[in-house]
Amino acid sequence: MQRLPGSGTFSHGVHPDEHKEATEGLPIERMPFVSRFVLPLSQHIGAPCRPVVRPNQRVRRGQLVAEPGGFVSTALHSPVTGRVVGIGPRRHPNGQLVQAIEIEADPLDPQDMPDQSFGDPLTMPVPELIDLVQRGGMVGLGGAAFPSHVKYKLPEGRSARWLVLNGCECEPFLTCDHRVMVEHPDRVLRGIQIVGRLLGVEEAVIGVELNKPDAIEALRHAIEDAGDLVVPTRVQGVKVKYPQGAEKMLIKALFDVEVPAGKLPLDVGMVVNNVGTMAAVADWFDHGRPLVERVITVSGPGVRRPANLLVPIGTPIRAVLEYCDALGPDVQEIVMGGPMMGQPVASLDAPVLKGTSGLLVFTESRDQAMRACIKCGRCLEACAYNLNPSRLGRLARAGRIEEMERYHLMDCMECGACTWACPSRIPLVQLFRSAKGNLRKIKAAAK
Amino acid sequence: MTQRDPRLVLQTSPFLQTGVTTPRIMRDVILAALPTLAAATWNFGVVALLVVGSATAGAVGMEWLTTRKRPDNPLLDGSALLTGLLLGLTLPPGIPLWMAFLGGVVGIGLGKAIWGGLGQNLFNPALIGRAFLQAAFPITLTSWMPNRFHGEQVAGFWRLGEQTLAAPLMRRDVEVVTAATPLGLQKFEGTLTDLGHTVIGTTGGSLGETSAILIVLGGLYLLWRRAFDWRIPAAILGTVVVFVAVLHYGFDASRFPTPWFSLTTGGLLFGTVFMATDPVTSPTSPKGAVIFGVGVGVLVVLIRHFGGLPEGVMYAILLMNTASPLIDRTVQSRVFGRGRKAAS
Repeated sequence: MQRLPGSGTFSHGVHPDEHKEATEGLPIERMPFVSRFVLPLSQHIGAPCRPVVRPNQRVRRGQLVAEPGGFVSTALHSPVTGRVVGIGPRRHPNGQLVQAIEIEADPLDPQDMPDQSFGDPLTMPVPELIDLVQRGGMVGLGGAAFPSHVKYKLPEGRSARWLVLNGCECEPFLTCDHRVMVEHPDRVLRGIQIVGRLLGVEEAVIGVELNKPDAIEALRHAIEDAGDLVVPTRVQGVKVKYPQGAEKMLIKALFDVEVPAGKLPLDVGMVVNNVGTMAAVADWFDHGRPLVERVITVSGPGVRRPANLLVPIGTPIRAVLEYCDALGPDVQEIVMGGPMMGQPVASLDAPVLKGTSGLLVFTESRDQAMRACIKCGRCLEACAYNLNPSRLGRLARAGRIEEMERYHLMDCMECGACTWACPSRIPLVQLFRSAKGNLRKIKAAAK
Repeated sequence: MTQRDPRLVLQTSPFLQTGVTTPRIMRDVILAALPTLAAATWNFGVVALLVVGSATAGAVGMEWLTTRKRPDNPLLDGSALLTGLLLGLTLPPGIPLWMAFLGGVVGIGLGKAIWGGLGQNLFNPALIGRAFLQAAFPITLTSWMPNRFHGEQVAGFWRLGEQTLAAPLMRRDVEVVTAATPLGLQKFEGTLTDLGHTVIGTTGGSLGETSAILIVLGGLYLLWRRAFDWRIPAAILGTVVVFVAVLHYGFDASRFPTPWFSLTTGGLLFGTVFMATDPVTSPTSPKGAVIFGVGVGVLVVLIRHFGGLPEGVMYAILLMNTASPLIDRTVQSRVFGRGRKAAS
């Protein structure tokens, strides 16, 4: 195999403390079933699902409970055998009431999920495979929860040469992808074969940050043991740096290719997927298990028993945090996802979603004393896009939003590195998010 | 619901932040300047502390006066304290204390407050204070009280300058005992001060500028703490060394000093480490920092060797301060995924 041209890193970025030591060595542990599960109909990017069950109806674990609401949408399955107790407004982690299916577990059921098969995914016609991916409820498990089959359906005339697997897990605290790679490298590799064959790529490369040598080792062993692969696969270590897991940064680190602004990886012949998603795809095609559970990391200073948990999707956050002894009186702030790009949790009654990679509990409030910008330039050296957050921040605070576009505001991926690095505690990325929203509105109004 | 939810804080990401804060940066620079203050006290006696204290009192007092109604309490960020300290260290030891105080007031008042406070000013406030004093009291600002180790006998630690305690604006017309600075000696009399003295600091000059080795120590501390952009000092010193080396070795070794002499004398090191690296008044981008540093270095050499003054660090930095916004606007980095390098 030829060496990849990338240098293993990208320019700029930041080095927050990793905080992974609490969970990186802990094996994935199955969280027991609780009594009630909440399944919001919109856990993914795109149209919400349409329920296909009625209240009081009995459902099996893995049974379809809502079908895709369109092409950019995906299926939803019951995480538990039990009874539908209601379909209606329930709390989303962000505090909003959203349409959801609530299911009560049958306490006497053994919660088995029988194996089923759809035939060999390595010979199945591609359209059928894409349809099956959607029927399995597959979404990107890295956090964005973009329906996977949409990514796999290449537009007419386009092709992908490389399948890039994101095993960077550059967010501090999170170790769920790490544990999946260490404990289930064979499933990750199997998923790569299925998806790589589907896409017709020449090769697959798994990018893993070098702080996970055991994951790199495990994957390399799995590749060796597999022998002849339909899709040749390699593992490549990349530098430990945030945001290394941003797909364009990963492509730069591996291939020394810059995906042009406003374009997608596919425009340079690549498709990027999270490693956890590959394991989920393998489970679906080999055992007929749809996406009804996922691995999440429960960690942070407020968690007395940190863990990597295999959690049924729909499990209330309260149950997960109680299980990890994380609901002490000192709880300040709960974050869903990583600490750099995650979302604040407003309601403990809300469930773990398909895109939830972690639950972090913080007990101390941050330094909020915003001071004047001293133009130190730390934000410039943090920004992986080489933007000038200092100037953008000043323009935003002056309300000069349209001017911000000239400084490429819309290229900002909101990774938060500038805000992390700012010694004056200026909420830069928050200013940019709101400015981007306003800019979109201004443009929409102009049309 | 069986349990009341804890009162959750709801803020948006990122939920982590660096430990480097603006007050910490200010504190680091203050710490880095302390050895220099100690050296000044050793070399010139207690007057050093009095002068620096007066300048600091003026600066902090003015900061308090101009920001006391602001809710964010900028006095606590330490920047005014730093301005006063740095201003004091650029003053001649024999300066009347009221002048040092006035310098601090003007530095913060005209150099910072009228611009809108920290982060808004175009010029380095400490240098504005000094430039004001130099313009208002040119003789005093170029009268150098001798180093304690200058004469046959070591002068007492507690000695004061003849004008130290002078009342404001009451100039006593007394001939003051002065000693020339190494740069003055070199420029006007053509004599070179021994390198050993300029490195250790047992020469005449402004309070903080004489001990090269302790300034470098402070600079290394700031480098280690990542409290400044290393490109600025690297560019300034590199430019001066190259420029002076060309003059000394290439043209006239008797008229132009060696690069080593240039580096260790006058306000070059002090200005480079503590003044030019002020983030507010230097360019923000890495490329801009290099341009800024080269500009300062070239101006220093031009003023020193082709201008009328023996020393030009202050004016060089102030001039490049004016150019900073322009440099920042002109030097735009290529955005990732745009321009020539982006794949098409």
